[in-house]
Amino acid sequence: MERPDPKQVLGRLLGPGEREVGCDECFAELDRYVELELAGADANAAVPGLRAHLSGCPACREDYESLRALVGGGHAS
Amino acid sequence: METPLDTESQEWLRDLRATGSVHDTAVARLHTLLLRAARVEVRRRRPTLPHLRGDDLEDVAVQAANDALMSVLAHLDDFRGLSRFTTWVYKFGLYEAAVKLRRLSWQGRELPLEPESWEVLASSLASPEQEAEQSELLTSVTRAIDEMLTPQQRKVLVALAVNGVPIDVLADRLGTTRGALYKTLHDARAKLRRHLAANGLMGETKEL
Repeated sequence: MERPDPKQVLGRLLGPGEREVGCDECFAELDRYVELELAGADANAAVPGLRAHLSGCPACREDYESLRALVGGGHAS
Repeated sequence: METPLDTESQEWLRDLRATGSVHDTAVARLHTLLLRAARVEVRRRRPTLPHLRGDDLEDVAVQAANDALMSVLAHLDDFRGLSRFTTWVYKFGLYEAAVKLRRLSWQGRELPLEPESWEVLASSLASPEQEAEQSELLTSVTRAIDEMLTPQQRKVLVALAVNGVPIDVLADRLGTTRGALYKTLHDARAKLRRHLAANGLMGETKEL
């Protein structure tokens, strides 16, 4: 079995370590966040804590990447 | 703060709140949008579901679009116009499809929830080339998981963060919700971080 990257494992175990929204608020704000990003606006300032949540929650991260790809026609950053 | 709706969003809301054929036509158009989103998600995840045939995947997309349609109509009053209506709608279609596909990918599989999973991982991480600092941190995290977390926090952390169980799948098996489960994960992580900070192994974090 391939050895896991310790840094990644630590990241998954300890999470983002900053204030973050929960999954429900993430879903509620995701469309606004994605459109702000695609418009080049500061989405992180407009929706504080959402970017941190996306780094700590793989499922919400996937939802974000899918929505951004569908609406923007490209790849999530 | 009220945000003025763009013309297209206003038309969507007007037609979906109408009666008769105007309403029915709008609902059919809405379903088409949701099915498009669901199919995109199915295509994206297809490589992770080799055991499913094309017909099965199309069934998943249609079922996801149907469920998302109900959800959108039930939450119509929540739309605040902070994005385009179509973007708001797409997230429901993508979400329903993703949840169904994550469940399918774990269907029939036993969920790795046991603490042994963590012990195996901890030993596999202990490589000689590891930085001393990182090694010390890992050892401390392992110990803190055993000593500081409740059994429920430990179970959730091991399943989600170590074994990669999707949060929707774990929520189903444990009879809870994604949001509640993430709160458990968040609290466990915060407890570990506080413990490590108190022992001088990492800096204070902004959330604690």
